[in-house]
Amino acid sequence: MSKFKKKTGGEAPAISTASLPDIVFMLLFFFMVSTVMREVTYKVKIVVPSATDVRKIVHRSLVSYIYVGKPLPRYRDLYGKEPVIQLNDVIAKPSDIPGFVASERSKKSEDDAALLTFSIKSDRDVNMGVISDVKDALREAQAYRVMYSARKGSIRDNLK
Amino acid sequence: MAKRSAPEINAGSMADIAFLLLIFFLVTTTMDVNKGIERRLPQKQPPHAPPPPKIQKRNLFIIDINAADEMLIRGKEMKIGDLKEAAKAFVDNNGTGECAYCQGARDPESSDKPEKAVVALKTNRGTSYKFYLSVQNELGLAYKELRDAYAEAAYGKKYAGLSREEQKSVREAYPMIISEAKPIESR
Repeated sequence: MSKFKKKTGGEAPAISTASLPDIVFMLLFFFMVSTVMREVTYKVKIVVPSATDVRKIVHRSLVSYIYVGKPLPRYRDLYGKEPVIQLNDVIAKPSDIPGFVASERSKKSEDDAALLTFSIKSDRDVNMGVISDVKDALREAQAYRVMYSARKGSIRDNLK
Repeated sequence: MAKRSAPEINAGSMADIAFLLLIFFLVTTTMDVNKGIERRLPQKQPPHAPPPPKIQKRNLFIIDINAADEMLIRGKEMKIGDLKEAAKAFVDNNGTGECAYCQGARDPESSDKPEKAVVALKTNRGTSYKFYLSVQNELGLAYKELRDAYAEAAYGKKYAGLSREEQKSVREAYPMIISEAKPIESR
């Protein structure tokens, strides 16, 4: 007459995996929202410096990138060890920058071209020589809006 | 046959599909954030432009950085930790007494008023980029703090909380004038 029937059979019930897709989808959406598509394949090593006075880019479409850094180990034979400039997917010289600026501008509408910002995404350990070459080339092309890419953090991280 | 229950769709492979998508996004995207320090480069001068007007020595805040990342400010060596306060004191100095909102020390050897205060940043080709950016950061912070103080006094709000016109007036009160000379060739 017991109300609680004793369970028959000793096997454990199978764990339901029905909620597994939900969990994975949750992760998927998190990554879709919090990350951005890679613009190019890096051929240079870039660890951006830290700064506290950083601003976030609001209009991502109004930014073009110029990468500066030492070539990755597998490109050393081709490009040497010294810091180089990368535009889109190719390693370039400072003299290529005005052409790059013109082509980036031609992709945008006339109004947007005037607001185009060039983000200098540079490794923290390069010297000012190559950076100032980039800046001179940008001035030559009359691209005056620049952004020095940095990550939020104390500048003390830079001085180590 | 009267009623047959619809067969249940097997959702076991849903997780695999989701994992596939997840891995695709993990591989093709980066976490890196689009943040940075915004600056305007100086306008390019036409080849036969008249020479720029001479700037009084007291209105110049010359920052000289050598290849070993050592900094000379107005001829004196300074650590980067002291740069922000020195820059603030220089811009806010109010040497002529024309600037009603300035809190400066009115040192006759320092800048006349914020509109005239020019920060001249001289680097060497061997200066490291991270040090240069740290200096830019400290200068940016110095102006930001001055602007925030002015905005607080004039509108009761921080600079970021103001309208466009108000922000413009604050920027005009403390214009950020950073002049960058071509880096000196290192030996």
